[in-house]
Amino acid sequence: MVQRLDRLKESPSQTAGPYVHIGTTPHFIGIDNVYPVDLGSLPVPPEVKGERIVITGRIFDGSGNALRDALIEIWQADANGLYPGRGEHRGTADPAFSGWARQPVDGTTGIYRFETIKPGSAPYSDGRPMAPHITFWIVSRGINVGLHTRLYFGDEEAANAADPVLGRIELKSRVPTLIASRSDESGVPTYTFDIRLQGENETIFFDI
Amino acid sequence: MRNDNTTYQDGAFFQRDRAWHPPALTPDYKTSVLRSPKNALISLGNTISEMTGPVFGHAMIGPLDNDLIRNYATTGDPIGPRTIVYGRVLDENARPVQGALVEFWQANAGGRYRHKKETYLAAIDPNFGGCGRTITDDEGRYWFRTIKPGAYPWPNGVNDWRPAHIHFSVFGHAFAQRLITQMYFEGDPMIWQCPIVMGIPSREAVETLIAALDREASLPMDTLAYKFDIVLRGRRSTMFENRREGN
Repeated sequence: MVQRLDRLKESPSQTAGPYVHIGTTPHFIGIDNVYPVDLGSLPVPPEVKGERIVITGRIFDGSGNALRDALIEIWQADANGLYPGRGEHRGTADPAFSGWARQPVDGTTGIYRFETIKPGSAPYSDGRPMAPHITFWIVSRGINVGLHTRLYFGDEEAANAADPVLGRIELKSRVPTLIASRSDESGVPTYTFDIRLQGENETIFFDI
Repeated sequence: MRNDNTTYQDGAFFQRDRAWHPPALTPDYKTSVLRSPKNALISLGNTISEMTGPVFGHAMIGPLDNDLIRNYATTGDPIGPRTIVYGRVLDENARPVQGALVEFWQANAGGRYRHKKETYLAAIDPNFGGCGRTITDDEGRYWFRTIKPGAYPWPNGVNDWRPAHIHFSVFGHAFAQRLITQMYFEGDPMIWQCPIVMGIPSREAVETLIAALDREASLPMDTLAYKFDIVLRGRRSTMFENRREGN
């Protein structure tokens, strides 16, 4: 025998289930009298610096059907590439910006929508700049462990080409699954980011 | 002897032990069949994007947010066994995670959720919403009061039932620690018959999700207590020797 390390094991993940909204976005399903607002649902305040953008899309299962019961959280840097919250030691992020948001997909169409700002570039662990990106975390019924992925911006071709994370992906044909396409039709830059859980063009998910 | 020039800096998180968690594909839980990625996850490790995370202040928590007996009730208390759930949020180094937002949701005592897509014939309780939240204190502790949820049938197998459980969503100090899980109750034989639970590969891992009945923490003639600790990913602590200027 040797000495024990006395470390604990992470609590095993379990699915968020179909009723995840009760605990996370109760107003979305008509539970209006417990919390004042659904956490993470408020728009970015006007004083936040940065270009206003919309991110929208759907999550498809292996049969090509859109999930109608999923929940998405996003986490991102501010316009200068600094993270709000804990763990940022390079400087102070925009104090008006939380960096985090949460939205359920629509119960009928499966469409999700975030109104946020375009993040700046933050450094990779070796100091090289990463292209602007937004972290996505997806949970739902049938997903046993929350899925992490990243949205990269289709109009950042040069930055994406130099991005150290995208550069490490061996199967280059899968990289486009992480890149959102831009449209300006609505007057606000709108990035469409569809997520495919399985099958053709399955989105890249990360072990972080 | 302590060296005053030495500081510790939070480093990257330990690799998540994927063999401890349920795999993405657990065919006995049928919904996972079409919702499980078939490709291997791409190993990213931790960058600043994963090692940072949002902060939620105590100010956002309302006085009844951790009291599911009272936070929805209008005409009286909800039906069901009065229950306290308490515990700590720790990391894999057994250190308390202070300031962690913990959200919870559950069915009522009859096993019915308050959700527009829920169709189980058990009755809605007019005085029970089923959601709550709290933030851990400086020692990582949390607690809330609720009624014990009931078991309920679900469309998977012809006659599958979920054991009584409470859903937990936990934010640690970094987005890499984000976790959703479920708490089960000591002594429930249905835990071991549930396809969602049995997706967890080892009995040892399942047992870490079973809250212990704690008579000592119970309130006599009032409320039974269950203890449920939650463990989030731990991280390396890197030791630095601060060099004096000019060295």
